[in-house]
Amino acid sequence: MSTIATTPSASQVVPVRLLSAKRIAFFLILLGLVVLFLLLELGIGAVHIPIDEVVKALLGTTESQTTSKIITELRLPRTLAAALGGAALGAAGLHLQTLFRNPLAEPWSLGLMAGSQLGVALVVTTASVVGSAVLQKLAFFSHLSIVAGSSLGCIFVLLMMVSISRYVNTITLLIFGLMLGFLAQGLISIILHFTNQSQGKIFAGWNDGSFAGVYWEQLPFLAFFVLIGIAISLMLVKQLNALHLGEKYAATMGMNVKRSRILILCSAVLLTAPVTAYCGPILFLGMIIPHLTRGILSSGDNKILMPGALLVGAGIALAADLIVHLPWERHFLHLNAIAAVLGAPVVMYVILRNRKIRSL
Amino acid sequence: MSVLSVSNLSIGYQVSPLEKKVVAADITLSLPKGELVCLLGPNGAGKSTLMRTLSGMQKPLHGSVVLDDVNIHEIPARSLAKKLSVVLTERVEGGLLTAYEVVSLGRYPYTNWSGTLTEHDHAIVAESIRQVGAEELVTRTLTELSDGERQKIMMARALAQEPQVMILDEVTAFLDLPRRVEFMRLLRKMAHETNRAILLSTHDLDLALRSADKIWLLPKGGTLVEGAPEDLILDGTFQKVFANEGIQFDSSTGAFIIHTSLKPIVSISGYSEARIWTQRALERIGLGCTNTPEEAKIFIQVISSGWQVKINGTEQNHSTIYHFIHDLKKQLNKL
Repeated sequence: MSTIATTPSASQVVPVRLLSAKRIAFFLILLGLVVLFLLLELGIGAVHIPIDEVVKALLGTTESQTTSKIITELRLPRTLAAALGGAALGAAGLHLQTLFRNPLAEPWSLGLMAGSQLGVALVVTTASVVGSAVLQKLAFFSHLSIVAGSSLGCIFVLLMMVSISRYVNTITLLIFGLMLGFLAQGLISIILHFTNQSQGKIFAGWNDGSFAGVYWEQLPFLAFFVLIGIAISLMLVKQLNALHLGEKYAATMGMNVKRSRILILCSAVLLTAPVTAYCGPILFLGMIIPHLTRGILSSGDNKILMPGALLVGAGIALAADLIVHLPWERHFLHLNAIAAVLGAPVVMYVILRNRKIRSL
Repeated sequence: MSVLSVSNLSIGYQVSPLEKKVVAADITLSLPKGELVCLLGPNGAGKSTLMRTLSGMQKPLHGSVVLDDVNIHEIPARSLAKKLSVVLTERVEGGLLTAYEVVSLGRYPYTNWSGTLTEHDHAIVAESIRQVGAEELVTRTLTELSDGERQKIMMARALAQEPQVMILDEVTAFLDLPRRVEFMRLLRKMAHETNRAILLSTHDLDLALRSADKIWLLPKGGTLVEGAPEDLILDGTFQKVFANEGIQFDSSTGAFIIHTSLKPIVSISGYSEARIWTQRALERIGLGCTNTPEEAKIFIQVISSGWQVKINGTEQNHSTIYHFIHDLKKQLNKL
């Protein structure tokens, strides 16, 4: 036999296990950080509450009525919204980056958030014209209609991007997404111009993302859809892994490509639409969370990445929101400012490093 | 024993509900267990369409592909993946998955919803990696591997599906010659040792003729012919199919003819390996050999120290082929 032949080496193939001690440690650290940020979020603000008081308030054993009220009624919904929102955006980003095979894909860059916003704007204006009184009285339906409007807008844009992605390259797709964003913003402004004042109020601060608009009234709607989205995401890890090899290979390995794609798109919508409806467009988080997770856990396996992205997402969103709500003298700091400062350099780095994108 | 067979198959595309574009028709063939079959044919003959049809990725226009006595298009995707695996030409990026994780994906049809591997799965993944000889690649990510290494991993992944049939579509297209030779040897070994049926479509005629147990020859617009490589050459089918492609095949030497219309004016003596290569060098400058010394104008003798060249009565010794070819070229104009 010539030297070219594969010489059977004596080395044994050591099975690579999913959960190494290192990975478990990383997960515990991430979990610890999320809990820490949660408590800090609850404690830090205009009124400083020490952590032991925070824990007491959560357990309902605090003596101070004011402390209890600040924590459970004001800060807890916002904190939970941040944790949920961050986790949702991280998972949505992971879905979209895998499905579009595009490292810069995420709910915002693909224009999904713009679509959601426009959907809500349309629902609210329609409601103001037709039988608004009925909808207004039934808060439950009004919330459902907002989520529905948001989802419809999101689905519309997503389907458009899926069909366009067959014909254009990675960067063109992103430019298209950004243009859709501008278009939606313009349309929303025009709609607002023709909407009466009271109806328009729901848009206050809509150009900016924030978790502060979520109270106990909104939280169940946000949580319900996002948790379904997260559950579907966790069930899709095997399919997402197979998609790393492309749809053709996935199909030859026994995957129902069509059904998997639909499920992935559904969970992307369930994760994006409610967050956009209640927290506005939150930039960059959906993009940087998957990259950070890959970096931290140094893996491409979605069995690791998906739970990882949920934790990293919750952690990042809590940390960003914490910075916004530190007891500054003036309150001009916005969530998206922090997100942009964190996110824009990551995007630049990904573009410079990724050979495939750079050569387009 | 054949695992995959078709009779009177028509392949092609349904352009519109009423219009069909037939690429090839009346295909009858069978893929036997434990053999390496190579599909050859000129560009545009429909090799890829046939490969896609046989692997169940595309429906035939007429007839059916039968795998294990069942129509391939009636087998659920998951069961099919346990019987038939595919390796494609396309370069796979693979996210940040390691080679081991990519091979594990071959267990896709066997694992539960989360894709968790059992000890048995791990054992099969390890065995597949061993079979393709990729033990030292397991911890590296796919992005760090060369094209050849990636294809090896994709092949190990196909093996991990424990298929009866493996279909490989031009998997060696982007590889260099030593890698292609290695792949052929590996495919033969896999077919013979594990009793699998392996079908490879390739452009590598020479390598296919030397390695395949059976050749499927798909001419442009004609009917597919199958047989041992040697059979197809002896009855002239092979030469006929590729004649239009500008490739000529010398059935007496088993080599492809690159240089045509040689001037047979050289007589070579000496019967070593050097004689064959001297002949090749001469062909490059348009000179052929003659067996009748009366016709010869140039006499070359392979001697122990090099080459003795005699033209018009003048004799000259050269130590390398390069030198005497260089010299000959100058003298050729005078002849």
